Amino acid sequence: MLRLEKLTKQYKTGDQALIDVDLEIPKSQVIALIGPSGAGKSTLIRCINRLVEPTSGKVYLNDLELTSLSSRKLRKNRRRMGMIFQEYALVERLTVMENVLSGRLGYVGFWRSYFRKFPQDDIKEAYRLLDRVGLMDMVDKRADELSGGQRQRVGICRALIQNPDLLLIDEPTASLDPKTSRQIMRLINELCEERELAAIINIHDVQLAQMFSQRVVGLELGSVVYDGPPDGLTPDVLTKIYGEEDWSATIEKVEDDDEEII
Amino acid sequence: MPKIESEKGLSWKRRTTKKQLLIWLGWLIGVSIIVFAWQLISEKTVWFFVQDAPRQAADIGVRMVPPKWSYTSKLIKPVWDTINIATIGTMIAIIIAVPVAFLAARNTTPHKIFRVAALFIIVSSRSVNSLIWALMLVFILGPGIVAGTIAIGLRSIGFCAKLLYEAIEEIDHSQVEAVEATGAKTSQKILFGIIPQVLPTIAGVAVYRWDINIRESTILGLVGAGGIGLQLNGSINTLAWTQVSMILIIIFITVLISEWVSAKIRYAII
Repeated sequence: MLRLEKLTKQYKTGDQALIDVDLEIPKSQVIALIGPSGAGKSTLIRCINRLVEPTSGKVYLNDLELTSLSSRKLRKNRRRMGMIFQEYALVERLTVMENVLSGRLGYVGFWRSYFRKFPQDDIKEAYRLLDRVGLMDMVDKRADELSGGQRQRVGICRALIQNPDLLLIDEPTASLDPKTSRQIMRLINELCEERELAAIINIHDVQLAQMFSQRVVGLELGSVVYDGPPDGLTPDVLTKIYGEEDWSATIEKVEDDDEEII
Repeated sequence: MPKIESEKGLSWKRRTTKKQLLIWLGWLIGVSIIVFAWQLISEKTVWFFVQDAPRQAADIGVRMVPPKWSYTSKLIKPVWDTINIATIGTMIAIIIAVPVAFLAARNTTPHKIFRVAALFIIVSSRSVNSLIWALMLVFILGPGIVAGTIAIGLRSIGFCAKLLYEAIEEIDHSQVEAVEATGAKTSQKILFGIIPQVLPTIAGVAVYRWDINIRESTILGLVGAGGIGLQLNGSINTLAWTQVSMILIIIFITVLISEWVSAKIRYAII
């Protein structure tokens, strides 16, 4: 469904963020992208919807090459890729409802969005999504009044109302406490399953990556150094991704957690 | 730099000796200039007049009392004009300043050329005092409120646009990125990603400038551009000091009320 071919990004500063990344993601697969800070995780997902222009290489979404599209066609195709952000990136001074409906901006014209005259179907869908994530009482609250976990739920609704085929998720739990992190990751997982969505989740937390993904890709200095099942993350593999460290505790804990969940 | 190693061990000073000496030198030059300039001014002053000043001031003060209260009825219309000049002038300024600010801000300008043009508008508007704008406009448009209003507007464009474009450059970019990721057009990106973030600044700047403009428009009458300044000028020229004191009282009250109103509005916005 999504295919990256020799994707390369070099920033103007000379930093080589991605080097010849090849990756293929089938329909409704949730993959976790792990790696140390600066490995190129954020750049990778931003190169897919071209918030960051890749230097070379190709990105295919359902066999459509995104990398060569004109900006008008790119905007049309961005609607098929929902994005969820690290610090939620909600428009703070707008209400929850306005934030969710902003996910439909790619579908409505300027004046409709100016007067907030969104189609009735969009509004119904927004209510349905807000109900699904448990924020029905918050509809008219301003985004900056919500807690971190609630904000991220709004962010999820905004991405889903685009009716995407793919979710690009950048560190969804980096600003959340451990319990909320797990709840958010579980919610994302459930929603991907319900809607048969593929997702790429950038994540720092190795345990969370293992708990909530079907496949793990390890990125180090812009190159893929691991691509395999979550339980294949042995101390050797983690050393290859992150560098030398005592990994035994991390891995043991994961096994404990898994038992609890089962 | 300030880390010093000697046989006594490590020590630390805020600045290196060289830097410290340079700073002292800077102070020395600064103080010398002030002393020199003071001397220049002193030579060109007729000290007799200055010594006479307290007596003159007291004399005017006595002549100002009591204020001519009955004159108030003739001031109502000029005060109303003054407030209108400030309010409409500020509105014109904001309407023009918002697009100029978007052209001037690095992150929203369509091209460098637009940015240069917008910055030129800002600088030329800011570098000319509203009294001078009014002086020119009275020649062009003839004396009256219209000249004053446009003068206030022209002077305020630069002020408002400068504060606004700085606010636009300082917005949280991730919110814009999130809107962009939904497939929104550039116009919608500005509408949802940027406007909500700078709206409080727009409102705040408008109220702040209105407050300044009330004060500025009280003097525009001096050059014939309408408002209470006309009466003030006339009263001073005819040495009608009791009228002058009455006008000053009215201006004082107007400014006081405008400060109170703008403080209330600013509080409501934030």
